[in-house]
Amino acid sequence: METPTLIIITLLCAAGAYILGRNRASNIAYRAGKENVLHSLPYYYGVLSALWCALPCLFIVLGWNLLDDYVVHTAIVKLLPGSVQALPDSEIELMVNNVINNALYPNALISSTPPDYLLQAGQNYLRWQQLSQLSLTVVVLISLGLALSLGWLWIKPKVHARQQVERVFQWFLLFCASIAVVTTIGIVLSVLFESLRFFQSVNLFDFIFGTHWSPQTALRIDQVGASGAFGAVPLFLGTMLISFIAMLVAVPAGLMSAIYLSEYASPRFRATVKPILEILAGIPSVVYGFFAALTVAPFIHDAGGLLGLDVSSESALAAGLVMGVMIIPYVSSLSDDVIKAVPQSLRDGSLGLGATQSETIKLVVIPAALPGIVSGILLAASRAIGETMIVVMAAGLAAHLTANPLESVTTITVQIVTLLVGDQEFDSPKTLSAFALGLMLFTVTLLLNYVALYVVRHYREEYE
Amino acid sequence: MTKATTKVSVGKNLKTIVLVQRNLAKRKRAEWRFRAYGVSAILFGLACLLILFSDIIGKGHGAFLQTQIYLEVTFDSQRLNIDDPTSDAQVRRANYDNVIAQALSVQLETDNKATANKAGSPITLSAIEKRQLLNLISSGAVYTIRQSLSDNPRLLNQTVGLWLIADDDVDNYVKNIGHDGKGFSSRLNNQQQEWVNNWIAKDQVRQVFNATFFTSGDSREPEQAGIRSALVGSLYMLLVTIGLTFPIGIAAAVYLEEYAAKNRVTDFIEVNINNLAAVPSIIFGLLGLAIFIGFFNMPRSVPLMGGLVLTLMTLPTIIISSRAAIKAVPPSIRDAAYGLGASKMQVVLHHVIPLAMPGMLTGAIIGFALALGETAPLLMIGMVAFIVDVPNGLMDPSSALPVQIFLWADSPERAFIERSSAAIMVLLTFLITMNGLAVWLRHRLGRSYQ
Repeated sequence: METPTLIIITLLCAAGAYILGRNRASNIAYRAGKENVLHSLPYYYGVLSALWCALPCLFIVLGWNLLDDYVVHTAIVKLLPGSVQALPDSEIELMVNNVINNALYPNALISSTPPDYLLQAGQNYLRWQQLSQLSLTVVVLISLGLALSLGWLWIKPKVHARQQVERVFQWFLLFCASIAVVTTIGIVLSVLFESLRFFQSVNLFDFIFGTHWSPQTALRIDQVGASGAFGAVPLFLGTMLISFIAMLVAVPAGLMSAIYLSEYASPRFRATVKPILEILAGIPSVVYGFFAALTVAPFIHDAGGLLGLDVSSESALAAGLVMGVMIIPYVSSLSDDVIKAVPQSLRDGSLGLGATQSETIKLVVIPAALPGIVSGILLAASRAIGETMIVVMAAGLAAHLTANPLESVTTITVQIVTLLVGDQEFDSPKTLSAFALGLMLFTVTLLLNYVALYVVRHYREEYE
Repeated sequence: MTKATTKVSVGKNLKTIVLVQRNLAKRKRAEWRFRAYGVSAILFGLACLLILFSDIIGKGHGAFLQTQIYLEVTFDSQRLNIDDPTSDAQVRRANYDNVIAQALSVQLETDNKATANKAGSPITLSAIEKRQLLNLISSGAVYTIRQSLSDNPRLLNQTVGLWLIADDDVDNYVKNIGHDGKGFSSRLNNQQQEWVNNWIAKDQVRQVFNATFFTSGDSREPEQAGIRSALVGSLYMLLVTIGLTFPIGIAAAVYLEEYAAKNRVTDFIEVNINNLAAVPSIIFGLLGLAIFIGFFNMPRSVPLMGGLVLTLMTLPTIIISSRAAIKAVPPSIRDAAYGLGASKMQVVLHHVIPLAMPGMLTGAIIGFALALGETAPLLMIGMVAFIVDVPNGLMDPSSALPVQIFLWADSPERAFIERSSAAIMVLLTFLITMNGLAVWLRHRLGRSYQ
């Protein structure tokens, strides 16, 4: 049987086990004539039987599927002739894929007839595949039968069913909570390993301090226009330029609107305007990218033409401006929270001394809220640095080393996307460099987050 | 002596008063300016929103209409090269292009007869002109003709009037005809424009609701391209994301809030979750590429993969909002349940989670809305493929709505820009509905414990 069928059967058996277990428990209680001979409520016995039934089988199916591929794979490799086994790993991989494809789609249009040993291996592959599926089915069915009967026997009034069920649940909760940690480890390991492979062929120093970025690596020795230079400085500068323009838009607009909404606006005005402004944060970045590339960039290009400026059609300015608009709500909602947290007594004191409202805000409220505001700005900056779609659509692809916002620049995220979208081989420095860039991006945003957290924790004023 | 000092101090006071008053005016101006900054910041934000929306609606509203051309089509069995219209195989193989060409030349002859009265002599078409004429009708028109023949086999050797889909260049031209009677003409030559104008004058061109946009998948021809496959792919991905994120997120939040001891391990998990929430989405794409595709050899471009990557990305947001919701449940409720002899698990399952559910749902819906609009990680795991078929399951190659927008926005044809904007409108409608639902839930189900 196929894996999905097995899982469905298992779940059905678990449902059956639940009913059996619960009924058996109630029957025991009924025969004894009173409810309290049972340690737990009857449905706990049901849940316990169901867990007994489902968990081991699910583990078996999962583990089998994980191992299955690997075992069959190695077995196929063993079958191939020695000349093939001597080939490098990637070639063997290709062979194995050939074997599997030949076996699965024997009538597919293949230009040349495959060699005999491939067909042989394909036959074997099919036979093993069936054997593996069959034995998995047998194992699962046996263990289901065992679990059902054992669970039936296991149910006695003295069994602490509730505690056992709860323990299983608690493990499940812990498992869920640790997924976040596993994800982080996954990110770090995957990005780190690929980056290490990249740094084997490209010097780390050249990567961080090199000023020439041209990831096209030569496939042939005499190829034109493929230098394969991996100096990431133009990307770092481009990212910083666009993020800087974005912050120039977002910080004043976000901060001032937060101040106005929390200090001046009437509750009704605030209740209408704030959600409307927050729509800006809910718009997907691909929409902003579309807007930047097809409306703002041509507009800036034309406006620059009128003023006699030479504006590139994919200027850093367009991407930065639109990104700034996207970040306004982050800055404003984070600042809004901290401004609201400043106690009214501070304002009253300042107003009582004759300060105007704006003086109170500038000299009392903002300084009191500053750590929170700074951390909000840092978080917004980290978002600007990691933002992808706007720059992919509106910033350029060519790495120019420039600080002129009217020229086109490229960013780290743009390069990651262009390097990894489309056909790719996993072992060329070209694709691996994307992971090195990803590592840089991850490190920088992580650092910004930590600094933001640190600022809040250490410079926050406590008002009690 | 005393008199003199009073005089001096009065003078000083006067000076101060004047100074203060002058100063006060300045301070009031500063106050006014500060308020103006605030108002203009808000106006700036609102204006951006307005410009963005009106720009997209202005660019995309046209995509909901489709131009059709009326032609008298003759189902000539010789031209179609079939003899039995009831046979499915024959109907599928028939040469409909031939029939369209015939219908067009007949149409042109009648046009010319009308003008020939004035001009005197009929016009014959060169091969190039014939091709230009054929280019006015979309290559998708054959499906309309085939459908009408298979619906009604008696039509063979008869002539029927049919509305056929126009090519996207004609579509653009017709949609952009201004007061001068001329449209956006960069891709239609004068001859073609004349033909089209002629038909418009005779009411043989109409615009109808573009159902194709919602019922078909991507296509190289803009007038046949639709969002169906992308939409279905997006929904499958969202299903995977919701199915995994919601239970796992709630369970993790419950563990961290109710069970975890306050020690280093919990601290570590907590810091991790907060960091993950701020990791750029493209990094999750790298993770998916390296682990799921590179390590586990999972297939590319399938909704399951996309959903898994989006799950990892959304999970931290959901955990954080669920924790906030659990925190908001007052301890007195837990104490009361404990007091009645409930176990910890019973307190959590029967009291805390139900009470925290509205808050959890609100946070989750906002998280899913973000996931629905996410594009960058999907590019990494190969969801940029050109997909025409509507996916039938989690393991079918598919596209996603935001990725479709990205792809169309990238193509140079004007009609694709229009379709991209229209797809954005569909996406934004979904997102605004979801966010509206979240706001409504918060109002409707939320309760305060004061």
